[in-house]
Amino acid sequence: MTGGAAIQRMPTGISGFDDVAVGGLPVGRSTLVSGTTGSGKTLFAVEFLARGVMRYDEPGVFVAFDETPDDIRRNAAFLGFDIARWEADGKWMFVDAAADISEESLTVGTFDLGALMARIDRAVRQIGARRLCLDSLGAVFVRFRDRELIRHELLRLIHVLGSLDVTSVLTTERDEEYGNVSRHGVEEFVLDNVVIVRNILLNERRRRTIEVVKFRGGTHRTGEWLFTIDQTDGMVIIPLALLAPRERASQERVCTGNSQLDAMLDGGVFRDAVILLTGPLGAGKTLSALQFADAAFRAGERCLFHAFDETRDQLSRSAAGWGLDLDAMEASGLLRVTAAYPEVASVEDRFLQIRREIRDFAPARLVIDSLSALERRSSPRTLLDFVIALGGIVRQDEITTLFTAAPAGVGTSPITEIANLTDVTILLQYVDGTAAVQRAIAVLQTRGSGHDHAIRQVSIDSAGMHIGDPYPGVFRILPETATMPAHPHRGTTGLGPDG
Amino acid sequence: MSTPMTTYSFRLYVVGQTPRSASAASNLRGLCDTYLPGCHEIEVIDAATRPDLAEEERILATPTVIRVAPLPKFRVIGDLSDQGRVARFLGLPGVNAASPDGPER
Repeated sequence: MTGGAAIQRMPTGISGFDDVAVGGLPVGRSTLVSGTTGSGKTLFAVEFLARGVMRYDEPGVFVAFDETPDDIRRNAAFLGFDIARWEADGKWMFVDAAADISEESLTVGTFDLGALMARIDRAVRQIGARRLCLDSLGAVFVRFRDRELIRHELLRLIHVLGSLDVTSVLTTERDEEYGNVSRHGVEEFVLDNVVIVRNILLNERRRRTIEVVKFRGGTHRTGEWLFTIDQTDGMVIIPLALLAPRERASQERVCTGNSQLDAMLDGGVFRDAVILLTGPLGAGKTLSALQFADAAFRAGERCLFHAFDETRDQLSRSAAGWGLDLDAMEASGLLRVTAAYPEVASVEDRFLQIRREIRDFAPARLVIDSLSALERRSSPRTLLDFVIALGGIVRQDEITTLFTAAPAGVGTSPITEIANLTDVTILLQYVDGTAAVQRAIAVLQTRGSGHDHAIRQVSIDSAGMHIGDPYPGVFRILPETATMPAHPHRGTTGLGPDG
Repeated sequence: MSTPMTTYSFRLYVVGQTPRSASAASNLRGLCDTYLPGCHEIEVIDAATRPDLAEEERILATPTVIRVAPLPKFRVIGDLSDQGRVARFLGLPGVNAASPDGPER
């Protein structure tokens, strides 16, 4: 921020969060993390401390009101956090404030939370803590009935934390996903910095998001960011980087696997292109995808192929029917096929898997066949985020990527929006012929390049897909809701008869 | 019922020398002198100087008094301004334990 009073940020180490928060949490301040039951706010708190220990060697104090330290140790172990060891090493300390149901108690007259503050102060000093979590403020309100007194005491506590030079995460409960920031109005104390985690169940599809509502004296990225909870990486906020300007664009062209299609595209696609190929069932999407993978194989490049419409065996059989030996390609080590029904994993988990495979396998090409299958498993917004997030990675690594999809329905499908984000949009369609159903292909857009604007005939046989002459005369194959993007095209390129 | 010879042991947790700490301590002493003459002991712990002891008993609020003996333990939070309620809750001999203010929850 301008003004020179910018507050420093402390990186949380939570995957993706520091990008959203533009550096992390405001140093030396308290940040309220609010969410409904099961939204992941406790995980955020635990991981904030755990990453501090693991990555930054910063000790942390956990003030446990909701769950007992034992519960927290046990739950954290599933994510590979060995809290007991960190405690032994003086890197982690619990202040156990969980309710003890074995002891009866009574409140008579006024009181304060002085003992709690003394215990927190002791813990912070004892291990030299830089980070602190209190989970949760709501539990404090439940424990003590005098709300005004507790509000006052929490305000005092937050001042104490400020003087202790720790960066704090205070969790609190919300009753609904889109309502007041918190149940007890405690957000007023820490109005400066507020993060909301959501766990939205819509049409039986779960969607987890995190949003930085406000940070004092600093910038952050707005909006809800998709996240998932991963066994290996913990909380992972999925970065949406596609819309960021690219530093450089590839000028190198690569083959699509079909020389006639390459010709329509003015000589193939740019190496960093993201291609969307839409078409109804049986129009040739999977064939095009397999030919695209074959082009990588022929060029001696690696290709990652995710199939969601067919099993691995079905895919092999289809490929064989078009003269492609999928097994041999895979045996060469250049092709890696993952065939799984979309219901097996959430779209967010799928993203993490693909990201890991890109890291390990370093493919030159990526195929997702098809997005429409994934759409069954996600909300439209989630699918859009998936494409955006994946797009950010493949562009950066210059991985030529092909997404296939069924044609967008009328106004309801995210595929229409996705078409606006991709570099190349190709449409396969059935047309009414005089005697039989025929297929047609058209290139709707190629960013940064000219292309053939003709609607051409397509035939498929045992040697694959063949693109022929333009259909004569006035002809319409575009869907009712045009997948046509709003970007102006550069000049038209004529296309001679293909040789 | 406890015999008169049982020694009652209390621990009172406070933070600093505040008026609230002082009134809790005098209320507790008053109770003991009334109901437990000659058979009680009171230990006052300042959590500000001994936070480790507050940690052991997981004290959050101050003042808090714990009846440590005889078992079971009971704890009362606050300045103990209503001595009758406190006495009943702590199960002191000679107090009608069946009253509505007896041990709760």
